[in-house]
Amino acid sequence: METLTVQIWRGAETGSFASFSVPKRDNQTVLDVVTEIQQRQDQSISYRFACRVGVCGSCAMTVNGKPRWSCRTHISSLKSSVITIEPLKNMPRIKDLVTDMTGFFDKWGQAGNVFESDKTRQDAPAKVDPSSQQRKAANAAIECINCGVCYAACDVVSWNDEYLGPAALNRAWSLVNDERHTGKQDTLVAAMGAGGCSNCHSQGNCMTACPIGLSPTRSIAGLKKMSLFSLMGKQDG
Amino acid sequence: MMTRHRLTISYMAFVLHRLSGIGLICFLPFHFLVLGLGLEGEAALDNMLAYTDQPLIKLGEYILVILFSLHLLLGIRVLIIEWMPWPDRADGQGGLRAGWIFAALGIALILGWIFIDGVIA
Repeated sequence: METLTVQIWRGAETGSFASFSVPKRDNQTVLDVVTEIQQRQDQSISYRFACRVGVCGSCAMTVNGKPRWSCRTHISSLKSSVITIEPLKNMPRIKDLVTDMTGFFDKWGQAGNVFESDKTRQDAPAKVDPSSQQRKAANAAIECINCGVCYAACDVVSWNDEYLGPAALNRAWSLVNDERHTGKQDTLVAAMGAGGCSNCHSQGNCMTACPIGLSPTRSIAGLKKMSLFSLMGKQDG
Repeated sequence: MMTRHRLTISYMAFVLHRLSGIGLICFLPFHFLVLGLGLEGEAALDNMLAYTDQPLIKLGEYILVILFSLHLLLGIRVLIIEWMPWPDRADGQGGLRAGWIFAALGIALILGWIFIDGVIA
């Protein structure tokens, strides 16, 4: 049987790669491989996963140099029998493939990403026109699963600790376009603050890496435009 | 470090844009120095302009034309990314305007050729 050579990062900030040999199968994801190693070869390996089907956003890792969701990255798509698996970049390493995502989620909050409404549960549901320009913009950004892949792929995040990053700003973009959100101005102020949208260099790494095909670059471009209009005193760019 | 996730065409455009910008900044002090010579009289400026007829300086000017056109066109690309509506392409990558990068390279080389043809030759 054909085998895969799998190199997995062991340790925290300092550490080294451990090499494992795993049988190659017809249908096999990177997460399957890590799980097989953990179950059958070395139980001390730490990694995160939950849903295994690309919904929860827990299992992202750096696979052969690129940040990816491991549960839906098929080994066959890597076109290599040598697989190197590391934790996500731009986050402190805790152990093996597990990173500390506190900073990532804190920045999510700092970007003004809390939905606010003046309605109560007694009010009728808001009528939102799905074909409106604004709703289409919100929808284009809304499916984010918080996996952190874009954050790990972003150069600006690695240069600038203050930078909120693609995921948080993408979320801010869907909120400022949500007509039910009453805190639009606060969200916009947070998203165009010191670590906000104007830091982005439009490199496009985030949108190229996003496993579900979202485009934080587009959302951030929208925020930049909106922030300039807001500077000129116009509310709705 | 050049890791694999950065080897995308849009990242290359970013690097090219920055490097051409740095190249232009290095040129600027010399440009102002030469212009400043005009203040010291016609002869000083003419001497310097005669000096720039050397092949090595001409090569530098050719590189300058390339850097300038690259920086200009890639800058327009960034403005388009940030200001124009994004096309809805199936793979979602249309907004990065990859075509502009190749166009910028092509146009820069054409302008370089026009410079060689019109100024040097």
